[in-house]
Amino acid sequence: MFRVVSNRKVTPNAHEMVVEAPEVARTAQAGQFALLMVDEHSERIPYTLADWDEATGTVTFIVLEVGKSTGDFVHRQPGDEVAHVVGPLGMPLEVENFGTVACIGGCYGLGGIVPVGRTMKAAGNRVITYVEARMEGMHYYLDKYESFSDEVVQTTTDGSNGIKGHGVDILEARLKEGVRVDRVFTIGCPFMMMLTAQVTKPHEIKTFAALNPIMLDGTGMCGACRCTVGEETKFACVDGPFFDAHEVDWHELRDRRAAYIFTERDVCK
Amino acid sequence: MSEQKKENNPVEQPDSGREAEVRTADNGSKADTGKKTDVGRKGDRGKRIDTSKKGTSVPRQPMPEQLAEDRAHNFDEVPFGYSEEVAMIEAARCLACKKPKCRDGCPVEIDIPSFLHLIEEGQFVEAAQKIKESNPLPAVCGRVCPQESQCEELCVLAIKHESVAIGRLERFAADYERNAGSIEAPAILEKSGKKVAIVGAGPAGLCVAGDLIKLGHDITVFEALQKPGGVLMYGIPEFRLPEDIINAEVNLLHELGVEFRYDYVVGRNATIPELLAGEYDAVFIGSGAGLPSFMRIPGENLIGVYSANEYLTRANLMKAYLFPEYDTPPIEADHVITVGGGNVAMDSARTALRLGARSTIVYRRAREQMPARDEEIHHAEEEGIAFNLLTNPTRILGNAKREVVGMEVLQMKLGEPDDSGRRSPVPIEGSEYEIECDAVVVAIGNKPNPLIPQTMKDLELTRWGTVVTEEHTMQTSVPGVYAGGDIVSGAATVISAMGQGKIAARAMDHYLRTGKNPDPPPPPEEKPKKKPKKKKTE
Repeated sequence: MFRVVSNRKVTPNAHEMVVEAPEVARTAQAGQFALLMVDEHSERIPYTLADWDEATGTVTFIVLEVGKSTGDFVHRQPGDEVAHVVGPLGMPLEVENFGTVACIGGCYGLGGIVPVGRTMKAAGNRVITYVEARMEGMHYYLDKYESFSDEVVQTTTDGSNGIKGHGVDILEARLKEGVRVDRVFTIGCPFMMMLTAQVTKPHEIKTFAALNPIMLDGTGMCGACRCTVGEETKFACVDGPFFDAHEVDWHELRDRRAAYIFTERDVCK
Repeated sequence: MSEQKKENNPVEQPDSGREAEVRTADNGSKADTGKKTDVGRKGDRGKRIDTSKKGTSVPRQPMPEQLAEDRAHNFDEVPFGYSEEVAMIEAARCLACKKPKCRDGCPVEIDIPSFLHLIEEGQFVEAAQKIKESNPLPAVCGRVCPQESQCEELCVLAIKHESVAIGRLERFAADYERNAGSIEAPAILEKSGKKVAIVGAGPAGLCVAGDLIKLGHDITVFEALQKPGGVLMYGIPEFRLPEDIINAEVNLLHELGVEFRYDYVVGRNATIPELLAGEYDAVFIGSGAGLPSFMRIPGENLIGVYSANEYLTRANLMKAYLFPEYDTPPIEADHVITVGGGNVAMDSARTALRLGARSTIVYRRAREQMPARDEEIHHAEEEGIAFNLLTNPTRILGNAKREVVGMEVLQMKLGEPDDSGRRSPVPIEGSEYEIECDAVVVAIGNKPNPLIPQTMKDLELTRWGTVVTEEHTMQTSVPGVYAGGDIVSGAATVISAMGQGKIAARAMDHYLRTGKNPDPPPPPEEKPKKKPKKKKTE
């Protein structure tokens, strides 16, 4: 069993969950995820690793309450346990000094972008972090971003905090002004990641997106997470989760993610 | 294979006298052999069982099972197993050959004649213990082994008659012991002080664990999933191999001192070189063939197309058929097409039926060429699964929401025999047609999972990605690292995986004690009779 260390509501629908999982914390690398089962009857749900601490043996997830499994998880309080945490899974990010790196996070990716930016900074990159949210109060982790970013750009859809617009809009405007960016990493909902890919493609900036399809075993065994990348079928769990965003079939990803939405709705009734 | 057809349908069984008696005794209900530790011995009971009839004077005893129309709608196990009486009658059919051939057909070297004799004598617990001297998973093997192409094929009675039902008797003995609650731990040799890491709690790994713990070594089994068993747990459905059976046999290994670490991914949490540099003296890789193959035809990523692994894992491991008691949703569909002709295809198609769908198998060759066990094909047919044979999928059709709505297939015919005598299917030009369906299960096999090779550069692989091993030791290209099961053979059976585990365990014991592998066996002086080599997917 894996003990919940803390449960903090960071936005009205997102929780920062810190869980004891020393084996995951010991070997986690940027870009990886873990699968979690709240109890023996739960689904196996993948969550991006938003942080980890080898010393305390804990890992951090940002969990959006969107259904039964995520709901069960965010209702676990400090001291409660979850049945299974397995990870780190997926390929670690390729890390080197690319020059200037843009990290774009939205949604649960506001947490997931943290290890990416931190690792890129440690490798000597200049890191610009773009974090987008719907409105004021949906941003968190500002101190974390500032710890590794040369610049943090906060945006909100309604302009109530930071710049009005999407993170990628700001990036686009800057690219048009001739600002140099050598690599882009993006984590969030498929729509945001797709927009990012569309913006960076004409500028020929290599862009990597963390795909988030439905998964089951998370170790390559079931193929539930297959995605089309560059006309080829890939398994997000063992070939990804980060893929070249310019090659991803985004519409397929969006549709496949919705495969169980009606069953999920029924179970939440 | 017509024998099985008859046996699975008791109505067709010729020997009516004996059978009628058996069925009365059974009354078609679940054979409750348990909770009575003092029964079963000849003379201990009111009725004395006549075990004087040997060989061909008694027909092979049928095993009662759920009626096809009932079982098609539930996940309960299909056969009920032998009663004590029937088991004794069946075991007594063994002729106790001087040179028992059956043993040669058993990859895990069970002393078959001895355990049959113990059953005949009513010593059921002793029979189970005899089996467990060489097989840690008798209740599993009694259910899923293709005995008809192994021990039973070599039984001397099979030449002119029907073999002793060795598999059913293995199952009986193991079930008896478990239900009687009299499972006795086998003796364990003095501790060697050596530690072995086993990657994967599937059939190969469990066999190695069972053998090496008895030889005095400390064992840790690392399993990526949340439960033990590997394919036994995620792949083979409850109606063929109940989870409780797997848990009971794994529990026994646990009680013997085998440590199980779940949620542990070797290659991620620790690599094999790290395990060897740490506390482990040797490693066995039994990680299975865990990367499903697809057909590479248009439409394969539509919603509603599943690998058999996914489909079965949802149903079995995640218990989706108990949704919403379990959270993982089952696959709701009206018509499920399963592509493939192996045991996994049969398991998928029969699972689809039990989940309430109409179920069809599409297979590009003919029935005789199906790699599935005859018994499984027969069960599937009985339950009402449609077979579209000599039919090859060419395209999966979807709607605007990217959901499966049908499959385009091409009719095939068998071509002229090639040099090996095998008749390959050839397409019939212009014979394409569409079948309506809303789910497709692709059961055409698996490739080896790349995770371990990726994280162990000096591990030699074949061009198919399987691990290269030395035949008589199962050692890989890395000293101290052994492998067996589907990661070595591609896709084979549970029992062949266990057989390789057995060879590996013997070599590993030698290696742990002497620092080197056993010498290869001397070349045989005369050509031994070929062992059955029929490979089947499980």
